[in-house]
Amino acid sequence: MPQYQYHKDHLLKSEPNKYTEEEIKSDEMILSVGPQHPSTHGVMRLEVITDGEIVKDVVPHLGFLHRCFEKHAESMPYNQTIPFVDRMDYLAAMNSEHAYVMGVERMLGIEKDISPRVEFIRVLVAELNRLASHFLAIGTYGMDIGAYTPFLWLMRDREHILRLLEWTCGARMLYNYIWVGGLFYDLPVGFEERCKEFIDYLKPKLDELYRLIIENKIFVERTANIGVLPMDLAINYGVSGPILRASGLKYDLRRVDAYSVYPELEFDIPIGRGEMGTVGDCWDRNYVRVKECDESIRIIEQCLERLQSDLKRTRDFDPQAHVPKKIRPKKQDLYVRAENPKGELGFFFRADGRSDIPFRCKARSCCFSNLSVLPEISKGVMIADLIAIVGSIDFVMGEVDR
Amino acid sequence: MTFEEIVELISSEFGEEVILEKDLTSSPESLFVPVDQVAKICRFLYEHEATYFDFLSCLTAIDNGPQINTMEVVYNLYSIPFDHHLMLKVVVPRNEEGKALPEVPSVSHIWRTADWHEREAFDLVGIAFKNHPDLRRILLPADWKGNPLRKDYQDLETYHGIKVEY
Repeated sequence: MPQYQYHKDHLLKSEPNKYTEEEIKSDEMILSVGPQHPSTHGVMRLEVITDGEIVKDVVPHLGFLHRCFEKHAESMPYNQTIPFVDRMDYLAAMNSEHAYVMGVERMLGIEKDISPRVEFIRVLVAELNRLASHFLAIGTYGMDIGAYTPFLWLMRDREHILRLLEWTCGARMLYNYIWVGGLFYDLPVGFEERCKEFIDYLKPKLDELYRLIIENKIFVERTANIGVLPMDLAINYGVSGPILRASGLKYDLRRVDAYSVYPELEFDIPIGRGEMGTVGDCWDRNYVRVKECDESIRIIEQCLERLQSDLKRTRDFDPQAHVPKKIRPKKQDLYVRAENPKGELGFFFRADGRSDIPFRCKARSCCFSNLSVLPEISKGVMIADLIAIVGSIDFVMGEVDR
Repeated sequence: MTFEEIVELISSEFGEEVILEKDLTSSPESLFVPVDQVAKICRFLYEHEATYFDFLSCLTAIDNGPQINTMEVVYNLYSIPFDHHLMLKVVVPRNEEGKALPEVPSVSHIWRTADWHEREAFDLVGIAFKNHPDLRRILLPADWKGNPLRKDYQDLETYHGIKVEY
C-alpha cells in the first residue's frame, strides 16, 4: 500500500482559503506566501489578499508543525514532559524549561527548597539562551530585508553560546537541563571562567552590531514607521515581550512577578521610544531586542560573579538533592508564567491529586498571541513591508503550533 | 484588589447568585460563574475602573471526561496597571458524540486574544463559542474528524490515505 494516496482536492479540503474568488473585488488577487518560504520563519502559510502591491488582508494558516504538546503532556509524568517543552520554542529551550519547572515546583510547594546556586545557574543558562534567541531573531530579520552580513556575524557569536550550553548538558538546542527540583548536572569545572571570557569577547561585538544594523541608514529606512503597533492594541491582542515593550510599555515579568532570583539582580527594561519613527514600529522592536542583549549580559556577569564568590562550587553540592522521586501534586489548578525571549510563556496545570500525570496542561504560547496581531498591523502595507513586519514579530512556529 | 473585593464587586453588580463557587486552592484564586453571564461579567471586569482586567493571559478549555460529563472553560485575567489576577471558570454539560457542541459565549469582542484561543479550544476540545467572528479550526486540518483533547478521543484510522497510528 502506498504511504499516501494523492487526490487533487486534498489540499483544498484540509486547508481551504478563507476568501473565495467570488468574495474579492475584480482587481484583487489571492496570493499564498509559504508554507515553505524563508520569510515565514518555519512552516506557515499566509493567505494574502493583494491589490497590486498593496496588502488588503492577511490570513495566517497555522498548524503545519502541530504535534499536540498538550496531549503528550496529559499522557506522561511531569518530569518526562520537559523534553517536549524544549521542542516548543526550540530557540529558547532553557527559558521554556525554567517556566515549566517553576510551575511544577509551585504545585509541589518545593520552590523555597531550591538552593541559590541552582537558581543562579538556571538564570545564567536562561539568559545565555535569551541572547542566542535574540541573535537569531535579529540576524534572520536582517536577512529578511536584504542584509546578509549581520546574519553570519550573529550566527558566529550564537555558536559560542550553543557550545557553552553543549558543554553544560551535552545538547546544543534541546537541553533537558533544568529539572523539577534541581538541575541535570552542576556546571562543568571551568565553565564560569570560559563564560566570562566569552562575555568579554561579546561586549564590543554588540556595539559593532548596533552600528552595523540598527543605526544603518538602509535598515532604518526599511523599518521605521512600518508596522506600527499601538500599545492599547498590543495589550488587547495579548501581545507580550519585546514587542509590547517596543510599543512603549515598561512591562517585564522578570520585574513584575519577580520570580526566581531576578529581584537580586540589577538590570534595566529597555522600551521603544520611536527614535527613528513612530513608537512601536519594526525598528523599535529590533532596537529593544539589541538593548535587551546588553541587559542579559549584565545579568550574566552578576550571576557569574555570585557563582564564583559566595555560591562557589563545593564538593558536597548536589544539583539533584531536591529532585522529587515521585511528582504527585495536590488537587489544584495553577497558572504560571515567565518571561521568555519572545514574551509571556504560561502554563495552566490541573492536577487531580491522584496521579503523576497532569489532568490538563495547557501552554499559553507567546508567539501564538504575538502572531495573532499580524492581520491587524499589515493592512494597507506593501508586500515587501509585510515581510518586514512578519520578521519583526519574531515567532517560532514550533511554539505557535505546539 | 484582593480576591474577596473582586467577588464582592461582582456580586453587588450582578447579584449573589452569579457566584456559583469559590475555589481558594487554585493559584490565582478562582471563581465559577454561570455560562450565560460570563461575557457580561468579563465586560464589566474589563471596563470597571477598580478592576480593569485589560490582559487576558490564557484561555483554557478542559474536558472532564464522560463520567463527570462536563466541560470547562477557564479564563486567566490579569490587570497590568493594578497587578492583580483572577481565574474565572464556567462549566457546561458535555455533548454526546454526534450531538451539537456545548456553547459558551465568546469574549473575543472584549479581548481579541480570545479570538485565536477560542478557535484553538473549538479545534482541540470541541466547544462552540457563540458570536465568535470566525470560528474555524486553527491547528488541525479543516477536514479532521474529532477533537483530540477530549478524554475519549480515538485516533482516526487513516487521514487522506495516510495511516495515523505509528
